[in-house]
Amino acid sequence: MKKCKSASELASLREKLAAARDPKKPTIVICAGTGCLAYGTQKLIDNFRAEIAKRKLEGTVDVRTSGCHGFCERGPLVVIQPKQIFYQHVKTEDAGEIIEKTILGDAVIDRLVYRDPATKEKILHEHDVPFYKKQMRLIFGMNGQIDPRSIDDYIAIGGYAGLAKALAMKPEHIVDEVTKAKLRGRGGGGFMTGWKWESTAKAEGSPKYVICNADEGDPGAYMDRSLLEGNPHSVIEGMVIGAFAIGSSDGYIYVRNEYPLAVTNVTAAIESARAYGLLGENILGSGFSFDIKINRGGGAFVCGESSALFASIEGRAGEPRQKYVHATDRGLYDKPTCLNNVETWANVPPIIVKGAEWYASIGTPGSTGTKIFSLVGKINNTGLVEVPMGITLREIVFGIGGGIPKGRKFKAIQTGGPSGGCIPEKHLDMPVDFDELSKVGSMMGSGGMIVMDDRTCMVDVAKYFLKFLEQESCGKCTPCREGIYQMRTILDRISEGAGEEKDIELLEWIGTGVIDGSLCALGGTAPFPVLSTIKYFRDEYLAHIRDKKCPAGVCKKLITFTVAADNCTGCTACARVCPTKAATGEKKKVHTIDQATCIKCGACFEACKFDAITIS
Amino acid sequence: MADMVTLTIDGRRVTANAGTTILEAARDANIDIPNLCSNEELHPYGSCRLCMVEITHKKRQRLVVSCIHEVAEGLEVKTATERVLNVRRLVMHLLLSRNSTHPRLREIAAGLGIEKSMFPVDYKGCILCGQCVRVCREVVGVSAIGFKSRGDTRAVATPFDEPPGDCIACGSCHYVCPVGVIPMEEKDGVRRIWKTDFPMAKCSVCGKYFAPVKQLEYFRKIANLPENHFDTCVDCRSTKK
Repeated sequence: MKKCKSASELASLREKLAAARDPKKPTIVICAGTGCLAYGTQKLIDNFRAEIAKRKLEGTVDVRTSGCHGFCERGPLVVIQPKQIFYQHVKTEDAGEIIEKTILGDAVIDRLVYRDPATKEKILHEHDVPFYKKQMRLIFGMNGQIDPRSIDDYIAIGGYAGLAKALAMKPEHIVDEVTKAKLRGRGGGGFMTGWKWESTAKAEGSPKYVICNADEGDPGAYMDRSLLEGNPHSVIEGMVIGAFAIGSSDGYIYVRNEYPLAVTNVTAAIESARAYGLLGENILGSGFSFDIKINRGGGAFVCGESSALFASIEGRAGEPRQKYVHATDRGLYDKPTCLNNVETWANVPPIIVKGAEWYASIGTPGSTGTKIFSLVGKINNTGLVEVPMGITLREIVFGIGGGIPKGRKFKAIQTGGPSGGCIPEKHLDMPVDFDELSKVGSMMGSGGMIVMDDRTCMVDVAKYFLKFLEQESCGKCTPCREGIYQMRTILDRISEGAGEEKDIELLEWIGTGVIDGSLCALGGTAPFPVLSTIKYFRDEYLAHIRDKKCPAGVCKKLITFTVAADNCTGCTACARVCPTKAATGEKKKVHTIDQATCIKCGACFEACKFDAITIS
Repeated sequence: MADMVTLTIDGRRVTANAGTTILEAARDANIDIPNLCSNEELHPYGSCRLCMVEITHKKRQRLVVSCIHEVAEGLEVKTATERVLNVRRLVMHLLLSRNSTHPRLREIAAGLGIEKSMFPVDYKGCILCGQCVRVCREVVGVSAIGFKSRGDTRAVATPFDEPPGDCIACGSCHYVCPVGVIPMEEKDGVRRIWKTDFPMAKCSVCGKYFAPVKQLEYFRKIANLPENHFDTCVDCRSTKK
């Protein structure tokens, strides 16, 4: 490929690429995001190619792999273009039938069509599925339109137009535009991106660094991963624009090594961007040079914290350093550094292309634009959703997420990653933005959302997240290292029925001290899951402490599994799954569970179809 | 001369050189702020969190560690607000659960009204202030020891828990440890530290063992001294002159 030496060369390349795309050509778009690949999509892709070859259709039918579509619950996902027919839960062996019936013929394969669980209505097109319909997919929507490995795809749909426009602007005008758009950092802090850029631009020192933080490590969160895997060029374009605005020539993408596909795709994207003259020396003939290095993380959650991330890039242990100087003045190698998260960078190109006014009109006055959330836990539609800021939690959980599986009751939603708070039902109608979430004792964080139903024990949840943070604490400062550990042992005690009422007060006291005393934000937010569950679910703590009961039936030491004789049909299902042979009984006779050998694994409860296993 | 700034600490007006830390300024003004990880010879580290103070600057109020935060004109520092004391009490309860016996810890704790830890004691001795690791790296310049693992399993150790190849047995870590948990012994011309024996050099005049051979070798190397420079002990060297 010849390098584009000017914005007009890029524009004519885009025209050429767009013209070469035949919108009427039958194309099988297969989601190749991590979720779908985990379902075995690679075999499906191979099989589609084989079936096409078998029918000698190579020139007439295209197979295109795309980035993550977000509806991971229903993967593997396939969209047949131009008819826009949406197939879900597609199996490897379905490939031939899809080609025969839907591409060569005009038929729709009923069993692969999405059926709305609420209305039982069949929905043919992706954009009509309620999961997608209620979203606003400004950033994430591009994933489905492009092959992440193809820079041509990205350019054809308007990619790098923002960069071309930015290079013709004055750097300070770009910063102004981002400030006016009121873009706030998507990594967790919610700091005004424009201010950060401005401070880095004004800071003294050279070189200046631009860094993309892709060390996403929150349990259950994978939006940055899917963005980097599915549309790496949008992140790179944002970084180049930022670098030009700030006056930086050196960039880093700090990405988790546990994200191999993201590493591969972003490496390929950097190489192709260089080949096209969009990265490296003299970008688009503007005289501006900027290049990006990839730094793979070493597997520590704390490396997502800025000073620990810098330490890690510098080759030292990933431990935070206390500095009462901003990274914009003294960051990586003590030089002015602008660190933004993956999603923040991806928001930059649309702001430049469509303008700050347009962007600021989306969302709420304090939190503009959209936000991608990773919706997981006890929810029907597990996946990645992009919504305008200000949407209610209820709309996300019930409108887009499809509510709670098995008709169970919603109990709480945890937002903001492991250190986020658990928000109860009474706050479901509050608008989701940076400030509102803080008001109820949680946070936006990077956008994790874990839904919990009435079978979730809040003491157990608090313990789970604390355990995670205990293991991820770097151990440098006393409150985080020792305080989280002590809090977790108190929670252990409570969940084993050995807690005392004063333990609640003690947890609150330690929690406050850990928040106030810790060196970095890991410890500074770690007690939130505990404090928020105590605030909203105090009764549940008291039930564990006073009554020695776990109302949700989770804490093993406090529950017993018994057979309700009235419901038991003697089907033997429980006896067959019981790993310790504690559940026994003759066929068609009421079964029993021997409490001495029962290990409370819950297998019988899951296996019983007649609600005959009771947890008390 | 450096620029001077004026700040208040607990209501007292204090002047200090710009660039000094709140802890240093307080020390010069004879205001006591407890601390365990700070040491004038080392870069501030901010790990023990004992020296926290509450500051108000440009109307913004917050907690900072005084060993790192620098003085500024008009800065208002309070060293013993309830919030500050709560963090200090928590830190001492937590540290006493690692080391319940050392007099210095007990003294700081007593100053906060704490007799013993509210947490079960799991004696580890080391309070992980990191002075030993830092003195070895920053002052001695050999980095023979470091931290291993993370979270509450963090510990000071030699690489791979093996005899430390880079250690010169100078004992700086032993001397700097505020709770005295790095043992060092000398017997029959051998210094034992980090579970490793280091032979001592003998004075060519009085015959006394006076320093580890490796330490002298290291000093000769970094100061570019002749091979026989440390043949005599300090006492005999001074009498020779």
